[in-house]
Amino acid sequence: MTQDNHGKKYKFGMVIDLDKCTGCGSCMVACMSENNVPFKEDETNKKDSITWMRVFKLTNGKPFPETDICYMPRPCMHCGGKGDHGHSPCVSVCPATATDYGHDTGIVSQIYTRCFGCRYCMGACPYHARYFNWWDPKWPDGMEEYLSPNVSPRMRGVVEKCSFCYHRYQAARDKAYHEERRDEIEESEYQTACTQACPAGAITFGDLNNPDHEVCKFVNPDPHQCGKPRNPKAFRLLERLQTNPKVYYISEREWVRKAGDNYRDGEWGKEIHSSDGNSHK
Amino acid sequence: MDSALIPKGAKRCPFPVFATGIAVVGAVLLWGVYAMGLCWLKGLNQTNMNDYYGFALWIWADLAVIAIGGGAFFTGLLKYVFGIDELKNIINLAVVIGFICYSSALLILAIDIGQPLRGWFIFWHANVHSMLTEVAFCLSLYFSVLTIEFVPLILENRQIDKVPFFHNLSHNMHGVMAIFAATGAFLSCFHQGSLGGVAGVLYGRPFAYREGLLVWPWTFFLFTWSAAAYGPCFTLVVTKLFEGITRKKLVKDNVVNLLAKISGWMITTYIIAKIIDTIYWMGVTAPDMGFSVMDFYSNNSFYGIWILFAEIVLGGIVPAVILTVKKYRENKKLLLVAIILGVFGVCLNRWVMVLQVMAVPVMSFDTWALYLPSWQEVATTILPVAYGIILISLAYRYLPVFPQEQELYDTK
Ligand code: SF4
Ligand code: SF4
Repeated sequence: MTQDNHGKKYKFGMVIDLDKCTGCGSCMVACMSENNVPFKEDETNKKDSITWMRVFKLTNGKPFPETDICYMPRPCMHCGGKGDHGHSPCVSVCPATATDYGHDTGIVSQIYTRCFGCRYCMGACPYHARYFNWWDPKWPDGMEEYLSPNVSPRMRGVVEKCSFCYHRYQAARDKAYHEERRDEIEESEYQTACTQACPAGAITFGDLNNPDHEVCKFVNPDPHQCGKPRNPKAFRLLERLQTNPKVYYISEREWVRKAGDNYRDGEWGKEIHSSDGNSHK
Repeated sequence: MDSALIPKGAKRCPFPVFATGIAVVGAVLLWGVYAMGLCWLKGLNQTNMNDYYGFALWIWADLAVIAIGGGAFFTGLLKYVFGIDELKNIINLAVVIGFICYSSALLILAIDIGQPLRGWFIFWHANVHSMLTEVAFCLSLYFSVLTIEFVPLILENRQIDKVPFFHNLSHNMHGVMAIFAATGAFLSCFHQGSLGGVAGVLYGRPFAYREGLLVWPWTFFLFTWSAAAYGPCFTLVVTKLFEGITRKKLVKDNVVNLLAKISGWMITTYIIAKIIDTIYWMGVTAPDMGFSVMDFYSNNSFYGIWILFAEIVLGGIVPAVILTVKKYRENKKLLLVAIILGVFGVCLNRWVMVLQVMAVPVMSFDTWALYLPSWQEVATTILPVAYGIILISLAYRYLPVFPQEQELYDTK
């Protein structure tokens, strides 16, 4: 097993408590306004509308009265990629280096002015976290006034995705520098918009490399297993693909944890040995 | 009217008939150009692609034309590097087809990217780890090689050849053609392979992902091999088409049979490798990721297990058997069936490796995504076909594409 990017400065990540999420969508709204995400007049077709943060609805598939629902907010997972070295599925395929892995933060960035819209990265991302600008960005009259000056709007023909509100990290870093703390930033100084907007407090954000941060306490990531959670109630989406996300989910419900990955008949709950020598439960 | 341009002694249809044919195909071409204009001016919202289908009909068309255009590099390799001299009678055609296929691929790519004016970023900001970067470099280099291979044929036009400079140039270019053919074959191995790598490296997509050797997934080798195997099938299909339309024999049977036989053995070895790859993927790669084979072929209205059967049996084993067995290969009808099935098989493989990859849900709660292209996508995909027909008809009319044409005509 390889080591993750610990030792490097930060490894920002998110923990989402699925038992707290009510599916209200506040995170989605907060994200769109924070990040100047354009929208269409008719947003019914979810396959071509841009939602950096998207809440999926899962059901356990059982009839009443056992029916159970789970809402799963899905930002970009900021995958560390195989071995957690920063070869995220999307970063490794972009031919123009228009999406990059920040080894000092663990954040996967997107350079809008360099992306030429080949969409290879979209094909590479199993979470559908990447969105293409099929149209010119438009806002209803007067709404341009409300756009955030800290985030550049994107042009037609390029791909965009969740940035973990990177501009907030930059602001926090600038502030710390100004106050002569070098770039030692406090947990509360850098929080994403969705984290702050969630009325249920389902989202927690922080540095996974810092044992004092809530995210680290919640999931107890194993640095020798690319950050795999040691908390048995925590999981990462599609763990078996070895994308090594930095977004973790927590749920007491077994079916929810099971829905986080694919299992063949009889595999769930058992130790699974894969051909490359990894084992997995 | 244009008889001064037609190769000496060659019989061609009267100019008005030719011009009418070109005009009809030209109308289709204009339709495609219109659709292309719409995509460039209004953007890719003109297509039915979406965030689940970032790669769709166009990428398939790209992969497919490059695969069937593989006849150019492989025939070149056989003739110039392995010294199989009979193939000189079909190499011109293979080069023209290759030129058309590769220029079409470049055109489609230029329509497909969201910011066409930034297309050069792929060279400028190249990410050497990306398969697409490798594709872009090798594709453009090989296209230049193909152009160089095409030029001597153009110079052989009756009027151009009269100019001493062009005559000598053409002569000298023929002399060094082996170097270009070898370079072309080398470049082709890489870009055909990297096109296969495009899908094979996607470790987030269990349907596409393959293990491999060093940085190259198995699909890298399978794509190169299949282009070499099936490319000649398309060269032969076009030859047969020409012979059908002109009602003339243009290439001698021994040449056709030789190429068919080589193609047959290549398909045989390819399909064995493909079957081994498929079994390993079904038994090890996909299960490691939590998938059973049938997860990829059920619960949707289109991608059933039939598609795997069609690709491997109809498009692989059947043509392999027909083309390797002398008795079947020499049967004109069976030969035709085999080369058509071969072209179908390789195109289907490319389809599956692009569109089915996008269709299969990966997250357990996600759903299958099916897609139908918009008319703009269809028109821009037909555009290169129309362009190809026009270019190849012009080449046939004015250039000595088939060296045996005269001889076959005289013996008739
Ligand atoms: S979730 Fe998708 S877009 Fe985000 S880092 Fe992973 S592969 Fe890239
Ligand atoms: S769409 Fe943009 S970011 Fe994505 S792979 Fe292509 S150039 Fe890179």
